[in-house]
Amino acid sequence: MKEKFEQLKNKLNIELKETQNAQTLEDLRIKYLGKKGQITDLLKGMKDLTVEEKKNFGKLINELKTQAVESISKRSEELKQLEIQREIDTMPEFDLSIESKQNFGSYHPITLVQRECERIFTTMGFNVEDYPEVVTDYECFEAVNVPKNHPARDMQDTYYLENGELLKSQTSAAQNAILKKYSKQLIEDSMPIKAIFPGRCFRNEATDASHENTFFQMEGVMVDKDISISNLIYFMKTMLSEVFMRDIKVRLRPGFFPFVEPGFELDINCLICGGDGCPSCNHSGWLELCPCGMIHPEVLKEGGIDPEKYTGFAFGLGLTRLAMMKYRIKDIRDLNSGSLKALSQFTEDK
Amino acid sequence: MFLSMNWIKDFVDLSGLDERELIAKFSLSTAEVENDIYFKGSDISGIVAAKIVSVEDHPDSKKLHLLKVDIGEEQLVDVVCGAPNVRVGMVTAFAKLGAKIGDVTIAPRKLAGYTSNGMCCSEKEIGISDDNSGIMEILDDITLGTDLKDIYEIDDIIFEVDNKSLTNRPDLWSHYGIAREFAAISGRKLKEYESVELSKYDNLKKIDLKIEDPLCYRYSCLQFENIKRTISPVNMRIRLFYCGMRAINFLADLTNYLMLELGQPMHAFDSRKVEKIRIKRFENEFDFTTLDGIKRHIDPDTLMICSDNTPVAIAGIMGGLDSEIVEDTHTLTLESATFDATSIRKSTVRLSHRTDASIRYEKSLDPELTVKAIARFVYLLNKYDENVKIVSSLTDEYAYKYPKVTLNFNKDYVDKYTGISIDNDTIIDTLTKLGFKVELNDNNFTVDVPSYRATKDVTIKADIIEEITRIYGYDNFEIHTAKAPLFPTRPENTKKDEDNIKDILVKRYSLHELHSYIWNNVDNQKEIGIDNVGVIKLKNATNPNIETIRKSMIPTLLCEIKQNIGFSTDYGIFEVGRVVSAMDENNMCVENKILGISLYSKTMNTRDLYFRLKGIIEDIFEELKHKKVEYKTNAPEYNFEHPTNLNEIICEDISLGKIGIAHPSVQNKIDKRAAVVFADIDIDKFCKINNNSIQYEEPSKFPSIEIDLSFISSKFEPIKKAIQNVQCPLIKNFEVIDIYEDKNFKSIAVRLTFSDSNRTLTKDEVTKVSDKIVEDLKQNGIMLKS
Repeated sequence: MKEKFEQLKNKLNIELKETQNAQTLEDLRIKYLGKKGQITDLLKGMKDLTVEEKKNFGKLINELKTQAVESISKRSEELKQLEIQREIDTMPEFDLSIESKQNFGSYHPITLVQRECERIFTTMGFNVEDYPEVVTDYECFEAVNVPKNHPARDMQDTYYLENGELLKSQTSAAQNAILKKYSKQLIEDSMPIKAIFPGRCFRNEATDASHENTFFQMEGVMVDKDISISNLIYFMKTMLSEVFMRDIKVRLRPGFFPFVEPGFELDINCLICGGDGCPSCNHSGWLELCPCGMIHPEVLKEGGIDPEKYTGFAFGLGLTRLAMMKYRIKDIRDLNSGSLKALSQFTEDK
Repeated sequence: MFLSMNWIKDFVDLSGLDERELIAKFSLSTAEVENDIYFKGSDISGIVAAKIVSVEDHPDSKKLHLLKVDIGEEQLVDVVCGAPNVRVGMVTAFAKLGAKIGDVTIAPRKLAGYTSNGMCCSEKEIGISDDNSGIMEILDDITLGTDLKDIYEIDDIIFEVDNKSLTNRPDLWSHYGIAREFAAISGRKLKEYESVELSKYDNLKKIDLKIEDPLCYRYSCLQFENIKRTISPVNMRIRLFYCGMRAINFLADLTNYLMLELGQPMHAFDSRKVEKIRIKRFENEFDFTTLDGIKRHIDPDTLMICSDNTPVAIAGIMGGLDSEIVEDTHTLTLESATFDATSIRKSTVRLSHRTDASIRYEKSLDPELTVKAIARFVYLLNKYDENVKIVSSLTDEYAYKYPKVTLNFNKDYVDKYTGISIDNDTIIDTLTKLGFKVELNDNNFTVDVPSYRATKDVTIKADIIEEITRIYGYDNFEIHTAKAPLFPTRPENTKKDEDNIKDILVKRYSLHELHSYIWNNVDNQKEIGIDNVGVIKLKNATNPNIETIRKSMIPTLLCEIKQNIGFSTDYGIFEVGRVVSAMDENNMCVENKILGISLYSKTMNTRDLYFRLKGIIEDIFEELKHKKVEYKTNAPEYNFEHPTNLNEIICEDISLGKIGIAHPSVQNKIDKRAAVVFADIDIDKFCKINNNSIQYEEPSKFPSIEIDLSFISSKFEPIKKAIQNVQCPLIKNFEVIDIYEDKNFKSIAVRLTFSDSNRTLTKDEVTKVSDKIVEDLKQNGIMLKS
């Protein structure tokens, strides 16, 4: 009897080694341990034995059964490991030189530059304002000290609408409204006016690589009791250094703009050569960047602010120009081209 | 405007100073100097005065001559010359051996068999005029062999000032005015302007003159005769040429010279043609031929100089052909006048004819200049032609005098405005150098503005700040931040919402932001069959293709979709831009800030693409406002809108925009095999919607029960209503989980989720609710699918 047991045990162990997957292992379990399995059959043959024999025999069978269960579960573990190894072995090595398909959206480059400027000014305590594109003659000209017949009106070719309104030719068109909006806080709460207003401007002119009839500017104003030319230079230098992320040298030259007195043309040292002179800056070392100045007393007055008590500065930064400089865009027309080949390149830019 | 340093140095002694550096300073203190500075004469040397002693024809050449020239040395020089104007006795410019003209060094050279030991030069060759018709003829009496640079101002530094930067400075349209700036910048003294005393002619007859129009501020004139000189002195011609003008004849050159020197345009008439000078406008239109031979149309707004009733010149712009100086002109009338700047500017625009004179007049010239210019003119006339005889007294009508400008301010004002401290002496010195009269009492300044700055330029005390600071130098400013109190900034909702919308569209949905124009592009729209719809047009568009202001942003987007169809099989674009949607009761534009989105797909069907767009919109409302969107079908307004599935986007009963499908006729023109959908949302209205703050609800610790119901219905709307109508607080959520559709019917499967935060729900109480919903729907004819 014992020999029969041993034989069965050996046979099981041999067959176990031959099993290569979960299914054959399960078949094997049924063959030995199932209801009609070979070990189960042994138990069935016990009914003819004596009590004493049954006792001994039963103990042996149970031992055999336990051993079989253990062997099967051990083999099952081995097979799982083999399966994982097989998965590892069959995994091919990928060709990483094949590019992954991307699906990025994109911002308009003006949005990126505008956000950057807004961030800088917000950190310096400026409010960001919004303004319409269709404005009145008063807003665009009269309120900012450009009366009718002023030659400055000839300098800008303005788009007029049939009803006498116009498409704003400069962001200064918003100055009067901004001054009025905050003048009460300035006078009553001593809260300085600090605001920027980015916006789209329009000029009735022929377009080419460096001229567009539709472009973006960003106007900035600061008004308080003792705002000076010295402050203006400081703010311009600080702001432009932030925009270009390096220490920028600025220089002011007299410039004539009716809404400021004195008015300046602000130059920065050339970003490409640093000021030594190169083709980009026409070998001068300087780039003309933005008009600015001390707000003209008439403009303050028109905004409800007493120019004897308050002074302020204003500047007009060309956002379109800035975007072109930053991304080295050579043709201004690309910006409004609607071409995704050109404009889908401007993914988030941190 | 070109400026000559030699000319400037007539009026201010700059010896010992670096002129280039001064020009750079001028650019920083006064007006923008263009980058290129010209060093005239620097490329020529060794050009001397030489006399032609003999001229022989070349035996083999019709053009060439064999000359012997005297260059003041012992030996005559043999020269071969091709100029047509050679003659014995002529003194000319001669490039000696070793002389340099540009890159060429003069060396002995064989020409048609004869050696030429030097070269006779034309004025063009030595760069002092554009005359290349023959060799230069020197009329002045000079020692042979003298280097021409020693007697003529061939060496000069010429720089160009950007005219635009002189717009508000009528005084700077002249060398004398510029010299005043150089004096202030360099700290040197401006010299007196040499001229004659015109009062000595007071006993001569007056000219018949009458200003009959307020547009003429001052008219001064003088008559003279017997001008013998025809060619201007060489130095005068060189200066005119270097400054961009051509020498014509002595008289014309002299008026031009005065204009460049003092800024006052002048004109000389044949006195026979202007017997009674009248300045006026005419009631009728007429044609008038100017001295350039062009017939010009004169309207009733154009101011004319007349002889009684016959027009002889367009005031401030150009003289007439009929009154021009001719060969037999005996007596000349010299005009020096001032006119209304705006009138001149507008006339030049109407005539489309700007002249050197009108450019100056439109800047508001100082009327004080008229007599000063005549006095200088007479001074130069006498200097260069002793035969000239003055035959009238100075006749001068001064109709409009600019008011005298006096400004008062104190030192505190200057300190506050500049932010630095500039001492009183510097202030006084600077202003005095610029021609202002300054008085100081106890830190209080009283400043008289000189007439040449008082026509419009300097009117308020802030203008004085500019005068002080620009000469002080902005580079010398100590810079510091403002001492302003700090307050928190309050970002406007509009800005925040707009930024967030863009972020959602770009980052979550990979859309592309584009910019377009505020007007419809008729050609582009026509290409895809979209009508040109707008409520207002531009008045002065130069191109009729782009004159209608857009009423909707969608046409622009659809044109861009068409433009980019090769970009990808699937893409979406958006723009935040403006439209004019209507005119208000005052006929003012109603402008709206609009978000427009359009999606294009070759891989999705129209329904799926539409739902993608619908999802994007709902996402924007959900995320930024925590609000749900409702829809209402709408009838098409434009021909690009598909009549089916055009829906208004509604939130809190406010209509914010539309979502729709491109009309098949438009879509086929864009791309037959693709789906195109669009939506627009009014950003300003969107921003006004209150943001529902987040209401935190603690998750229930008890299990929830889900019940799935499937109804036979073509629409979800009634099912949704029925669920909402039972108003059961236990229903935490409901959603469509399946839609089945075949030829016979459509069914919609809904999953209801029930839960309570305090207890486990029983099947019974939940079934009761769902049974009620089923019952309600049954009443409306919507059956449960068996």
